[in-house]
Amino acid sequence: MGVKRLATALGAIGVLLAGCSLGDEQGAPKGPAVVTLATHDSWAVPQDVLDAFERQSGIRIQPIKQGDAGALTNKLVLTKASPVADAAYGVDSTFASRALAEGVFATYTSPETDRGPQRYAIDPEHRLSAVDVGDVCVNVDTGYFASKNLPVPSTLDDLADPKYRDLLVLENPATSSPGLAFLLSTVSKYGETGWQDYWKRLKANGMKPVSGWEEAYTQDFSGSSGKGPRPIVVSYASSPAAEVGNDGKPRTKALLDTCYRQVEYAGVLTNAKQPEKAQKVVDFLLSQQFQATVAANMYVYPARQGVDLPAGWAETAPLPSKPASLPGDQVQAGRERWIGQWRSLIES
Amino acid sequence: MALSVEGVSVRYGSFEAVREVDLDIADGEVLALLGPSGSGKSTLLRAIAGLEPVTGGSVRWDGDDLARVPVHRREFGLVFQDGQLFPHRDVRGNIAFGLRMHRVPKDEQARRVGALLDLVGLTGYAGRRITELSGGEAQRVALARALAPKPRLLLLDEPLSSLDASLREQLAVDLAELLRGAKITTLVVTHDQEEAFTLADRVAVLERGEVRQAGAVPSVWRGPADDTVAAFLGVTTFLDAQAADGVARSALGPVDVPEARDGAVRLGLRPTALRVAPDGVAGEVVSRVHRREHLRLVVRVPALQSTVDTVDAVAPVSADLRAGDPVHLVLDPDGVAIVG
Amino acid sequence: MALAHRVLTRRGTGLALLAVLPIGFLAVLFAWPVAAIVGRGFSGGGVATALAGGETWRLAAFTVAQAAASTLLAVLAGLPVAFLLARVRLPGVALVRTLVLIPFVLPTVVVGLAFRALWPDGGVVPIVLANAFFNVAVVARTVAGLWTHLDSRAEAAARALGASRSRAFREVTLPALAPAIGSAAAVVFLFCATSFGVVLILGGARFRTLETEIYLRTVDLLDLSGAAALSLVQLAAVVAALVAGAVARRRRETALRLRARAETARRPEGREWWVVAAGLGVVALTLTPIVALLVKSVSTPDGWSLDGYRALSGHGSSGTLAVSGWDAAIRSLRTATDATLLAMVIGVLASVLLVSLRRSPGRLARGAGEVMDAALMLPLGVSAVTVGFGYLVTLDALPGDLRTSPLLVPLAQALVIIPLVIRMVLPVLRSVDERLRQAASTLGASPARVWREIDVPLTVRAVVAAAGFGYVVALGEFGATSFLARPTSPTLPVAISSLISRPGELNNQLAYAACALLMLVTVAVVAAIDRLGTGTVGEF
Repeated sequence: MGVKRLATALGAIGVLLAGCSLGDEQGAPKGPAVVTLATHDSWAVPQDVLDAFERQSGIRIQPIKQGDAGALTNKLVLTKASPVADAAYGVDSTFASRALAEGVFATYTSPETDRGPQRYAIDPEHRLSAVDVGDVCVNVDTGYFASKNLPVPSTLDDLADPKYRDLLVLENPATSSPGLAFLLSTVSKYGETGWQDYWKRLKANGMKPVSGWEEAYTQDFSGSSGKGPRPIVVSYASSPAAEVGNDGKPRTKALLDTCYRQVEYAGVLTNAKQPEKAQKVVDFLLSQQFQATVAANMYVYPARQGVDLPAGWAETAPLPSKPASLPGDQVQAGRERWIGQWRSLIES
Repeated sequence: MALSVEGVSVRYGSFEAVREVDLDIADGEVLALLGPSGSGKSTLLRAIAGLEPVTGGSVRWDGDDLARVPVHRREFGLVFQDGQLFPHRDVRGNIAFGLRMHRVPKDEQARRVGALLDLVGLTGYAGRRITELSGGEAQRVALARALAPKPRLLLLDEPLSSLDASLREQLAVDLAELLRGAKITTLVVTHDQEEAFTLADRVAVLERGEVRQAGAVPSVWRGPADDTVAAFLGVTTFLDAQAADGVARSALGPVDVPEARDGAVRLGLRPTALRVAPDGVAGEVVSRVHRREHLRLVVRVPALQSTVDTVDAVAPVSADLRAGDPVHLVLDPDGVAIVG
Repeated sequence: MALAHRVLTRRGTGLALLAVLPIGFLAVLFAWPVAAIVGRGFSGGGVATALAGGETWRLAAFTVAQAAASTLLAVLAGLPVAFLLARVRLPGVALVRTLVLIPFVLPTVVVGLAFRALWPDGGVVPIVLANAFFNVAVVARTVAGLWTHLDSRAEAAARALGASRSRAFREVTLPALAPAIGSAAAVVFLFCATSFGVVLILGGARFRTLETEIYLRTVDLLDLSGAAALSLVQLAAVVAALVAGAVARRRRETALRLRARAETARRPEGREWWVVAAGLGVVALTLTPIVALLVKSVSTPDGWSLDGYRALSGHGSSGTLAVSGWDAAIRSLRTATDATLLAMVIGVLASVLLVSLRRSPGRLARGAGEVMDAALMLPLGVSAVTVGFGYLVTLDALPGDLRTSPLLVPLAQALVIIPLVIRMVLPVLRSVDERLRQAASTLGASPARVWREIDVPLTVRAVVAAAGFGYVVALGEFGATSFLARPTSPTLPVAISSLISRPGELNNQLAYAACALLMLVTVAVVAAIDRLGTGTVGEF
């Protein structure tokens, strides 16, 4: 190696070292107290709202994403003796009973709770506060049905109707949270004894199970940018709000009679290092400022009353009025069994 | 003695590759370590270089025990069978390597490299890449590289055996001249007797890890210590004889052996010990092979009356002999050794 | 005797010092977390039951089968590309060398979706194809690395002895390449056996592997006993594969006569053109999904648009990202730099240690070397979920709670890169003829000087290549990164996957534009590193 090449190599190493981020963020500002918030992957909050909270409370929220609601819950359970965060947000009604049974959360009644979140209360000991609701509903591509002169389906039973053969794509409940919510909605509607028969009918009618929401919605569904072949998909009540054409009209619609409600909760973690500050963070999540952002940023509906939805949501993505739901204890007791039964039913 | 090896053993697990070997090399002397493959001669050379841990005995230089001296401080040059030139350096870089290790100044390095290339007959090769060299050139460069730091002992491990025959001969002569001319103390390991005798002042014959015989070249050549050594030195036929007044008499006739004591002697015959002549012991040609300088024959000799009644013999290339032809053989003192 | 003993002891101390960093790193960031999480599974009971179940073994069989098929395909497709990179002097070969690495950095979710567009129902075929797609580069570049320096005269000799070109290849070149092929195949097998996103997306609800099942049991069901059982099976399968690979390598890995590239590369002739065509065909096929992706990044329902690229400076529609696409790119580069530097230090130390152990006379030391060699590969063969959950239950015991530290991302990435570095550096280091080193010693070079004068120059190219490869792996690393990265500082792959999991056209376009940016960054980095590594003649 010549001297020149050696110099080049050293230069390159120098550049690499300059780009190095080790030691980065070590000189964190002494100013605000940092409160760690364990959250799900959908966490998306405008920075100015967080900045405003920091200015007002002296608390900087450090979010750490922990996967979907199930993964978040399980990680909290696993680390309850030595939690990775002070507070958590995103444990939903499907998994809340596991978190409560394992004693992951500490009792805390936020003064903001009586502004609406109490409607979704789940725990007499007040360990979890409802932050938002998100409904999983069947979505349809309205254009498809118009062009085929087919009536738009509206109920779960319709999906098993031979008229709608080979049109439905949905998610595997074992690997996807909307998939699990949809399975729960069928259990809720047809009961412990009847749901498997319904699924046999769905299977016979050519429904397509895929592993995740991304495949189902962005690839197989005809109403999204992917322009897939199937006009019926299991997604969220809010999804149509993102599929508005240039004319301002929604291209898709959620079937409000097929919805299953998931409430997302926040709470202070047992063994949190900064419980008081964590309580302030929970207060913030329930506050008007934060609640006003959840619809536009995370496609969920605020739990707090009197918070306006973004313009157009009333038409494109109204909150379902009579969604299905199952009691937490029943979900906790049945979840794994149902998933196992679903898998053998599909794989058979 | 410059180098003295005393009772050196090298052991791999339970296998003793070298067993209590004693060797001495005087200043400026060339010693050939001769032995068949697997005799432990390369292991011994590597042990002397410090590349192989010695399990017993000592290696001394001018009386100083070298056990604590690591390879790179022994100042012994080493040339491998296949050169092992550094592929990432050119000829100059290879030869100058040892000079750099010894912090020889740059201009001195350049001067030495030029001188060494002249010495090995590769003037002007300094800028060549290693991959552009022929086998013989590569060995010359390897030699120059080993000589560059002026080693107190040069170790040559089968330095010529990777080369083809004619090149080998030529290079052996060149090498012998070079070593004698520069008075370089050298230990050369080889399985080739001719190479050993061409290069060395003294030879040591190694067999199964032990030195069977050591001595000046002519004395070993003429008087191998036992049948094994003799066989290794090219003796193909053994013959009992009676010596008297410098002449040994046997079934194959008389031959001059001035160094033999009177009484019973054991003669070792190399193929050149029997020559086709107008008269002598009668025999019949069994087979023949053309060699460069002579015709090599296998001849059945009825007079031998032993279990082996065929001998090797030579005839001039011009002799038109075929299997079945009758011939007469006489003994040539040049091909006869006294065994034991 | 006593003296020899003392020398060996000193040597032993040196080796031990060398071993501290690699073994310590592996112990703290791999062995301990994995043991802890598997241990929890055992304490829950039920591991034996899960092991006895036929389901577990069906999963294991399918996992091994699909990984083996993917590996075979990757090797078959990679060899002609390796030939192209190593032996062919044609314009554009340097470009191909860079391009083949692109698949490696693409987030699995993007590649999975791309293959799914072609096979909407998924299945085994697309799983195998997608796994091979990711790994062709591993084979091509690892094998080309050795092939470049292989003396072509042996092949010429075989031809002169009457062997046909293909026969000469089979009987002379292929055996000489075996160590590199074996190394690459071992790595590819591990990647495929633990491939997650591809199997999840293309397997639909029907095909499952040990990896996806471990993920499911751990993350979604918190069935740690079941996961522990599966982890043990996975570990057993991986160890078996590694042992098989090590046995094959030991037989083949000899001191090869290496040459400079300039002598071995030339214009192809005769039927070699077919091989060149096959290599180019493979490259074209691997580029197809990439081109499709680029097309997607500029298409909207209303025609072509650069909105996605313009949006790179924003945060996605309705603030999906906490940072802009550019910030994510810079974060990616910085994290990858840290991870690569760390992995190079540890990987090269480990390689030196392994080769020293192999050269040492003691049988015990050689045995230790072999065990360590295999152990250092394990991080590739153990589920990222197992390691990640292991971190959750162990790393809080260290000062500064590493679990939530941004330092953990490069550390975890380095864990994945180190085995790759070792696999790329070690074969070259081992192929350095011991007698070259001895020649240097007799010329007066101290042991340290021998390393500097002989081993370093002969392996520097491999080290640079390994750094480039490691950098690319770090850039594309998703499993550990998504698990650990803070939302306020996502890397590009993490940003892409959060964009793609949102509805809305702009998010989708932005995701694909971000993929394009990731590819661009990769190409730039690889080209720069390759340039550093190759250069003029006269070196390796």
